[in-house]
Amino acid sequence: MTDVVMPQMGESIVEGTLTKWLKKPGERIERDEPLFEISTDKVDTEIPSPAAGVVSEILVEEGQTVGINTVVARIEEVAASSPPEPPVSAPLSPLVRKLAREHNLDLGQMQGTGAGGRITKQDVEAHLAQGAPPAPPAAAPQTRIEPLSAMRIKIAEHMVLSKRTSAHVTTIHRVDMTKVATTRERSKAEFQASYGFSLTYLPFITRAAAAALRHFPLLNASLDGSNIIYHNEINIGIAVALENGLIVPVVRGADEKNVAGLQRAIVDLATRARTRQLKPGEVQGGTFSITNFGSYGSLVGTPIINQPQVAIMGVGTVEKTPVVIDDAIAIRSICLLSLSFDHRLIDGALADQFMSKVKQVLEDWSEEVL
Amino acid sequence: MRKCCLRELGRTDYGQALELQRQLIAERQQGLIPDQLLLLEHPHVITLGRNGKAANLLASAEVLSRAGIAFYPTDRGGDVTYHGPGQLVGYPIIDLREWKRDVGAYVRAVEQAIIDTLADYGISAGRIPKLTGVWVDDRKIAAIGVHISRWVTSHGFALNVSTDLSYFQYIVPCGLTKPVTSMAALGVVAGLHEVGQTLAAHFGRVFDCEMGGLIHD
Repeated sequence: MTDVVMPQMGESIVEGTLTKWLKKPGERIERDEPLFEISTDKVDTEIPSPAAGVVSEILVEEGQTVGINTVVARIEEVAASSPPEPPVSAPLSPLVRKLAREHNLDLGQMQGTGAGGRITKQDVEAHLAQGAPPAPPAAAPQTRIEPLSAMRIKIAEHMVLSKRTSAHVTTIHRVDMTKVATTRERSKAEFQASYGFSLTYLPFITRAAAAALRHFPLLNASLDGSNIIYHNEINIGIAVALENGLIVPVVRGADEKNVAGLQRAIVDLATRARTRQLKPGEVQGGTFSITNFGSYGSLVGTPIINQPQVAIMGVGTVEKTPVVIDDAIAIRSICLLSLSFDHRLIDGALADQFMSKVKQVLEDWSEEVL
Repeated sequence: MRKCCLRELGRTDYGQALELQRQLIAERQQGLIPDQLLLLEHPHVITLGRNGKAANLLASAEVLSRAGIAFYPTDRGGDVTYHGPGQLVGYPIIDLREWKRDVGAYVRAVEQAIIDTLADYGISAGRIPKLTGVWVDDRKIAAIGVHISRWVTSHGFALNVSTDLSYFQYIVPCGLTKPVTSMAALGVVAGLHEVGQTLAAHFGRVFDCEMGGLIHD
């Protein structure tokens, strides 16, 4: 017999009100299964049973307030009832096995008449003579069930939250990256040699976005009820793909960094994101995001806004493309940039002015020094 | 330092928030996730605690539905309460075995985080002995109601930031015939997100944990 007492829920708590019994006398209960609920000072607590058995006595009624360590119930431990014996699997002769296989029979369902309940050839024939329908063939499983990882759950919640929160609209601009490509081509080897990592298009695009965000602060804002929150810092989140996941670490003060500084920050955050060494502060406080699906070959995408931000830019792959310039066909490095924006706050005209600014900075790229 | 994952859910249906809490409690109990602080806002809803008296709900179901207010009985402590736009609702999912194993200390700590948050906005708030919640003089500004299962907390607090206080007419808040107030009624203009950030910082300090971001393991 185990006494169940009113537990002590904290130093200052000397009594509790028993609000609800979750089991009746005579009912079975497992160890750690909730047995009753108590209420102390606006806090309701489920109390698990200290033992497995049968609730033999309930000593305190619902609604009564009793001191801690008061016995409120007793549990009688019963010998754990053993699970039913599995059917004796008497050895089967190879002949019986073969018959069963041929006729697709479930031998577990059959009564044997042989020694020790053994199923004989006669048993199988008698069973077949009854015209028993053959058991349906065991179907190969059509699905496999696997629980979501904690990260996947968070991503799923965040994506749906964003779709539910913002009025998503996406606009797409074609950007001639030829000048950037030339600059990058010229500096690539030297950059790799002096910094130890390669130079990609992303820091150029980040720099152009930061310049445009300075110009159009509404894109660098959040919506809070009926207020607009303008962020003075330009903190750009860069989406990093992980194995079966995604994280958006933040480049802080992105408008105050040059191309080399941005590339260093992006490489550092991406590396540590993949090795799971980011600090929580490094994924918070973003005011705008960039996702670079172009690195996986995508031409254009319609990204989902990273709440509570109001816009996200998607970067398509940079490709040499024939374009018409002054009525002549030329080969240029073209990139499609998309911007998903929250139409609650930002109208299409503003979004396109913002993108025109990004486009202008990239197309007129003139900095010799990175 | 223990970690606490901050999740800002924005406006969330009461039933959905319950479901998310249920899932997080189970994961917290199994030790799959760290402590969590959910910050959100509900559409108009009136909820009744486990020990609540229906008599403290002053309007009929029909009147509530006509006013666009949902109604939920729940398993949290406390009596009847109202949630709605402009109210910062916080649901901490915390394993108290890793903190103080003390339910009383937990409630006092939640109150402290709210009191400190209000102090940052120049509002001097405090406690009234035996009346859990946060009070400005004798007006209630934040309500608390908690459920604990295997030492893991759920439900939590509701701080009136710019709540339309007229909705409290449908209930006797927490069964107390004391008036309610809000930050806006006390002359403080602040957005929910901003107050939430301040509160999260105080929460981290009071519970001695590091507040982490949303999409992060």
